[in-house]
Amino acid sequence: MSAVAKEWREIPARYNLEGSECGNCGRKYFPKRNMCPHCRRNGFGKMRPYDVSKKGKIFTFSIIHDAPEANRDLKPYAVAMVRTDDGLLISGQLTDVDLAQIEIGMRVRAVLRKLGDAGPSGIIHYGFKFVPDL
Amino acid sequence: MREVAIVGTGVTKFGELWDKSFRAIGIEAGIKAIEDAGMSGSEVDGVYFGNMSSRFINQQHIDALIADYSGMATRNVPAVRTEAGGASGGVAFRQGVMAVASGMNDVVLVGGAEKMTDMDDAGTALIMDSTADAEWEVSMGLTLTSLYAMIARRMIYDGIATREEIASFAVNAHKHGALNPNAQYRKAVSLETVMRSGPVAEPLGMFDCAPYSDGAAAVVLVPLEHAKKMGVDYVKVSATAQASDTLALFQREDITTFKATTVAAKEAYKIAGIEAKDIDVAEVHDDYTVGGIMALQDLGFFKKGEAGKAVLEDRVSIDGEVAINTSGGLKAAGYPVGAAGVAQIVEITNQLRNRADNRQVKDAKYGLAQSVGGTGSAVTVSILEAI
Amino acid sequence: MDVGIVSYGAYVPRFRIKPEEIGRVWGVDGVGMGRGLRIEEKAVPSPDEDVITISAEAARYMMDRVPDVNPQDIGAVYVGSESHPYAVKPTSGTIAEVIKATPALTAADLEFACKAGTAGIQMCAGLVGSGMIRYGVAIGADTSQGAPGDALEYSASAGGAAFLIGSEKIIAKINKTLSFTTDTPDFWRREGQPYPRHGGRFTGDPAYFRHITSAAKMMFEEMGTAPEDYNHAVFHQPNGKFPERVAKTLGFTPEQIKNGLLTPYIGNTYSGAVPIGLSGVLDKAKPGDRIFVVSYGSGAGSDAFDITVTDEIKNYKKENAPTLDKVLENPVYIDYAMYAKYKGIIIMPE
Repeated sequence: MSAVAKEWREIPARYNLEGSECGNCGRKYFPKRNMCPHCRRNGFGKMRPYDVSKKGKIFTFSIIHDAPEANRDLKPYAVAMVRTDDGLLISGQLTDVDLAQIEIGMRVRAVLRKLGDAGPSGIIHYGFKFVPDL
Repeated sequence: MREVAIVGTGVTKFGELWDKSFRAIGIEAGIKAIEDAGMSGSEVDGVYFGNMSSRFINQQHIDALIADYSGMATRNVPAVRTEAGGASGGVAFRQGVMAVASGMNDVVLVGGAEKMTDMDDAGTALIMDSTADAEWEVSMGLTLTSLYAMIARRMIYDGIATREEIASFAVNAHKHGALNPNAQYRKAVSLETVMRSGPVAEPLGMFDCAPYSDGAAAVVLVPLEHAKKMGVDYVKVSATAQASDTLALFQREDITTFKATTVAAKEAYKIAGIEAKDIDVAEVHDDYTVGGIMALQDLGFFKKGEAGKAVLEDRVSIDGEVAINTSGGLKAAGYPVGAAGVAQIVEITNQLRNRADNRQVKDAKYGLAQSVGGTGSAVTVSILEAI
Repeated sequence: MDVGIVSYGAYVPRFRIKPEEIGRVWGVDGVGMGRGLRIEEKAVPSPDEDVITISAEAARYMMDRVPDVNPQDIGAVYVGSESHPYAVKPTSGTIAEVIKATPALTAADLEFACKAGTAGIQMCAGLVGSGMIRYGVAIGADTSQGAPGDALEYSASAGGAAFLIGSEKIIAKINKTLSFTTDTPDFWRREGQPYPRHGGRFTGDPAYFRHITSAAKMMFEEMGTAPEDYNHAVFHQPNGKFPERVAKTLGFTPEQIKNGLLTPYIGNTYSGAVPIGLSGVLDKAKPGDRIFVVSYGSGAGSDAFDITVTDEIKNYKKENAPTLDKVLENPVYIDYAMYAKYKGIIIMPE
């Protein structure tokens, strides 16, 4: 019984974009999957860790004004779907970016940032966000 | 399988029903539907109930609550609560149809309700956000609105729809909502009002988003053969289909189409033996304007890239090429989530029974309802036919 | 066995605020204050940055430059800071995870005011030199605290640098390191207090200047060297003025301290200051360059280093990560209102 375990077990993905590669068909996934949805049973047990490229281009984005509680001190802030250089699509925040300069196709890279916390005495959540790849 | 008919409908007012509890609104719709069918509650032998989140009222076991307060529990009638995000009501309807079609039940009450205003807006927003991928979208800082906003951004970028076209979906919704006495917003709005509304998640503004609402809706299902003998107005359920897609939007190749809609629609048309052009009236899931535009394309009413233009040109209102969201849709009629999918069936049934008053679509033969969960992760498409 | 720097990486947040903007809020001649402190602007962390994220970025730059080093061969990670995000829970463990060095290693968070980063370098050098570990990582980083309205507010900034210490393919050999430590209460922060306090002018002569000059002189004596034997010198830099003065006192020229003096442009990064300064020197150093380094941590102590750049720096893949010049490009200037928001000092509703 612990609220921290669910964050802890995702550390490889949150810090280093660790996903999965199917040992059967070679398809890559983020977040990790224990079974390839294409190979299903044939890929079961053959999924291996795969680090997704930390660089890519903005596929689409939005600027959030109506921010959830956890991010109200950031508002307005940007989120994006990023097409990584190895072809995956990943969602995350854009940070350290001039909101007026964001455009589809802009090059970005993943960095480690605070995603939030469980209150002032709670655990701090760290994970990837994207910054302009200057 | 038996053919199924809808013999009664009931819907509450949608909106901020401060003086009504979840229990009260849920029962109100059910009683109206049973009365409308000219039946007694004692004839019901199964209940399917769409309700998205127990968190709004901090109550698990909603099925038992509904069975109890509707009087079904005294007769020990089984009740099942369905949850599929925004498609919760659509799935409840489909489950009810399946129960009657299979012969497991003879009289099914399908209901749907949500009480969203018993919680502050921030809490409600978090619950709605959790219909997206909580772990890899919401925890990363995304909101449900921002996901639809990113779809809108990409549609605009790809030339599928302009910002004005997307916004115009709300204009059509409010135009119809003004005619619906149960709608939350009964006021027409201009395109300028929608475009100028405060940004929620750019490019979408406040008027691109359906509101938080309280409300309930219900329909009574019986075998078509029984309906013929009941002496009431009824419509035939020609098809109900459902399809799934990935939970997270980023796991899709194409985010400007909800494949679950295209697949469910294709199957529904096939079962009903009709094509998209045969549909006269449709209720589509417009929790966001952009979702409405996508629906018109994915359901085959318009080619990709042409739906927005049709809406902007006022070609989808009551006397348009296809009448879209004559109830006002989720945007204007209100979006009590679990009720929405059932309320769509109520509206289509009443259109096909010629009971839609001043928003009646003339000679409507086929009607369609599309209900969407999350960002198209679950979609139901149902087709009803006038008898 | 030669022990030295195998790789390094420095990171400074993108946002900047100028002394005149801070002075505007408190009715102070900010321009004059900036001139007196020799600070043109200071770095401000983004609201989602802290010592863990700054250390992570610096450590990643460090690892990117040595693709042949297996992170599993790292036997120690030390992060020195006075603004670790947690009072209890190590920054160093997170950094070890970020660079995939876990789990067979030792790690610890260090604190010795502004010199905890160089203390980490010494610890790693000791472990490598003794053969206990193959590589060690030492990081100095801070999101420095300075109370609103206090003189420190004009200088306290954020940044950090990471060093991979080892004995193979070293780009800079640590010829010698020594320290000078006393109990001198010039600057402190009590547990649970948000801002440090300081002894005003007491932080000068008996503290900063005494410790740095003492450690420097010990080093000259041990190595039989004089200032002119070094191409570069890096001193702790709480502002731009102190390192200039201590350099002059010891006999170093402005040219010698130029590449390692970053505080005028980024502010005082506390534990990050000397590590970032040393990174700035290594960015531009040539084989054979000799570097003199003295850090200072209030409380108080100084760590001195005598370092020689090796031929290996020619093979070093510095281009795999941004140099300090690149990191400092394109700063974004913010006003005090945004600064307050970024520092989290606007009171939000419950």
